[in-house]
This record gives sequence, structure tokens and C-alpha cells, in this order.
Amino acid sequence: MHYRKRRSLLSFTFLALCLWLFGASAFAQSLTGQKVKVLEPYLELRTGPGEGFPVFHTAETGEWLQLLYRKTTWVRVKDTRGHEGWASVDAIRKTVDANGQAVVFKEPRFEDFNSRRWELGALGGDFDGASVGSFYGGYWWTEYLSTEVGLSQILGNFSEIRMINADLVHQPFPTWRVSPFFALGAGSAFIRPKSTLVDVENRNEDSVHFGVGVRFYVSDRYFVRAEYKEYVVFTDRDQNEEAQEWKIGLSVFF
Amino acid sequence: MENRTQRILLTSALLASLSLGMSASALAVEGDSSENDERPLIEPDVEPRGVKESSIDTENFELGFMTGQISVEDFEVPWFLGLRGAYHLTEYLFVEGNLGYADAGETSFERLGGGVQILEDDERSYFYYNIGLGVNLLPGEAFFGKNYAFNTNFYLVGGMGTTEFAGDSRLTLNYGAGYQLLFNDWLAMHLQMRTYMYDIDLLGEEKTATDIQFATGMSMFF
Repeated sequence: MHYRKRRSLLSFTFLALCLWLFGASAFAQSLTGQKVKVLEPYLELRTGPGEGFPVFHTAETGEWLQLLYRKTTWVRVKDTRGHEGWASVDAIRKTVDANGQAVVFKEPRFEDFNSRRWELGALGGDFDGASVGSFYGGYWWTEYLSTEVGLSQILGNFSEIRMINADLVHQPFPTWRVSPFFALGAGSAFIRPKSTLVDVENRNEDSVHFGVGVRFYVSDRYFVRAEYKEYVVFTDRDQNEEAQEWKIGLSVFF
Repeated sequence: MENRTQRILLTSALLASLSLGMSASALAVEGDSSENDERPLIEPDVEPRGVKESSIDTENFELGFMTGQISVEDFEVPWFLGLRGAYHLTEYLFVEGNLGYADAGETSFERLGGGVQILEDDERSYFYYNIGLGVNLLPGEAFFGKNYAFNTNFYLVGGMGTTEFAGDSRLTLNYGAGYQLLFNDWLAMHLQMRTYMYDIDLLGEEKTATDIQFATGMSMFF
């Protein structure tokens, strides 16, 4: 028995290391060789990627800076004399590239909220008295219509339910900042009763549901999503079960 | 005679520069061969290139492992091993996902009771996963000697997830704080204290278990 425990810990260690090394190899610290010329009287370089880090150097008008890589809204740059530091994306926007073109960074904005196609999010809430956590991904075919697939885990007092759901989502007012939507979908649930209960078996049940909700654009590529869904679960007993669910969470669009 | 030498020299120089130019244009990303003859004899060795946002590497993802000890309420304080991933939304805000594994020990009742077993061996495996939000509160610098300065962050985290222990999955809330020290722009070390809370009725009446975790680990940005 001890051997088994040790083996599971070992295999977990191995998996963790593999994943970490994969991440390490995915990290490519590329020198892009892209250069920009400072136009403003000066451009501040900070010691770290944040507005709190001190300014240790300023690049002057006409100086060339090499763009190395980027973290959130900060770009690591290197000047011709080898000073390396962090410049804000806003400051880089005021420079020009070797062709004399202004540098453009396309930050996602509110205008992109209804034109981007993919969205991903995580939500938490209440499913008929039990707590629910879920992930979903969606694809907008038009700005009005999308399809979504979601995975939920419901942890109740008597059972654990894992659900997979597919939804058709319609938003009638895609240009609104707080945009309501309607959803219609179907799914399948895997129900596992608590181990402290006696003589209850795992079971699978199908369900259909409808939902209403809002997508509320916050900033950048993020929006808050809140939704209410009503499920009808088909059981093999005489009566179908109904369940109400509300959730709120954070989503991103790409 | 002089003329002829000049011509030979010039021709060979032109040929050499042309072949150089051609190989350079073959290497260049946006070489245009039709303009070869109109190029000056001496070419600038850098072609002007526009800046493309997409070719600047972003390093907003963080992946790493954590290890340390977790106090599994009533079941000793085993070592755990975990994975941690984060996506930095802004310099202040990040979303975070964690999963980890530990082998919980025995209750004192089991140790004193002489052969009493509350849980089977495979029910003692303690597995947790969660997602949450984090906020970098106190960015700063730490100094090592007179030559080294490392960027640091003090951050708060909180989230929701699941703990699989004693044969059941339990909804688990967690909150904590961490200290991140960046050796360079892509390698960081973490020290974390985190509390996990879930309801459990394993030992008689239902209670809220509070599992405190002390973790240290490394992560990479990519």
C-alpha cells in the first residue's frame, strides 16, 4: 500500500516536472530586432514593468530603441548604448518605426467587444442550493449568435454532479456595454452520490435548459458575465426534475 | 591598360556586391529581386522594417511548481506538490489556477486506537484544484549585496475550487498572500501562505475544516 502511495506521488512529480519543462521550452526570449525612434523630448525607462518602479534612464529625441518583449502594458527596450529598461506601451505609441510609421498597438477596446469571435470564462454560483463552478468557451458566428460549450461541477450535500452543456446564445443588442443575452441548450450530467450515503449508485441523466443573462464589458479584453438558467432533468422516474441555477464570473474575448 | 584594370576591378567588385546583395535579399524577409539592379553599389546592411505588434513576444503567462507543507485538519501535515499557472491581466491583476497533491496522514485517534482505520489508504490522497484572482499590492525591489537588485511583488490571492479527500469532492474556498521575487524577467521564486476552507462531516458532525498551506516554488513567464 505504501508502495502505491509513493508511486502516485512519483508519477505526479514527474507530470509536474514535464509540464514545467514544457513551459520552459515554450518560453522563447526572442530578440525581435524591431526598432523604434523616439520623437518626444524624452522617453522614460523604468527598472520594472509597473508604474511604481523608479525611472533610471531617459532616452532622448532621435534615439533608437530595440523592442525586446512585453509584459502586460510594458515593453522591455534596449537603447544603442546598452541600457535596458521598461517603457510603457503608451510611450512606445509616440515613437516611429524604421519606415517612419507611428507604432500601433492594438489594445482590445470596447469596439472589439462585439466584433471578436472567441470568448472564454469561468463562473461560480448556485445550482438548486448547491454550489456550482464552471468553465465555458464560445464562438460568435455573427455578433448576434454564438455557440458555447461549458463544463460544470456541482458540489451538493448529497452528491457531486459533473455536467457538460452545449448552448445556442443570442444577444439582441450587441453594441450595448451591458448586453443581455438568451440561451437555449442541452446537456448531460454525471451524478455521483456522497460516499457517506449507503446504497446509491452513480447515474447519468440528460437535461435541457434555457437561460437569460448579461455580458458587461469592463475594460481591455475582459467582461463580467452573469446568468440565470432553468434546467429540466430527464429522470427515469415518473416525474422530471427541475433545477434553477445562477452564476457570475469573469470572461475574456480574443 | 589602366582603363582595363579599372574595368576588371570594377566588374569584379560589382559582381561580388551583386552576389552579396542577392544572397542578402534571399535572406531578407521581404526581398524584392526585381529591384536588384537599381540598388546602390553599397547597400545598407539593415533593411528598414516596420514594427509589428504581433512579433513582440508577450510574457503574460506564468507557469510553475509549488511545494511545501499543508496542514490537513485532523490528518497530520504532509508535504504536497502542486502546479500553479497564472495569466497577468494588468501589472496589478492576475487570474490564477492551482492544483496539488498530498498524502494525508492519520488522525491521533487512529494512532492511539490500535488498528482503527477511519479511511482506506486511497481515500487518504488529498487532491485540490482551484481558480481565483490575485492582485499585486506592493511591487518593489529587493537588494542582494551592492550589485544585484531584484524586482518583487507582494500579492493577495483568493479563489474557489474543489478538494478531493476522504472519497468525496468538497467545495473549497481559499485565500492567501504571497511574495514573488523575480531573478530576471522570466524566472521567479514564490513564497506563499494560503488557507483552504471546506465543510466536512467525516468525524461525526459537520464542521468547516481549515487547511493552512505554506508553499514555496519557482515559476517561469512565457
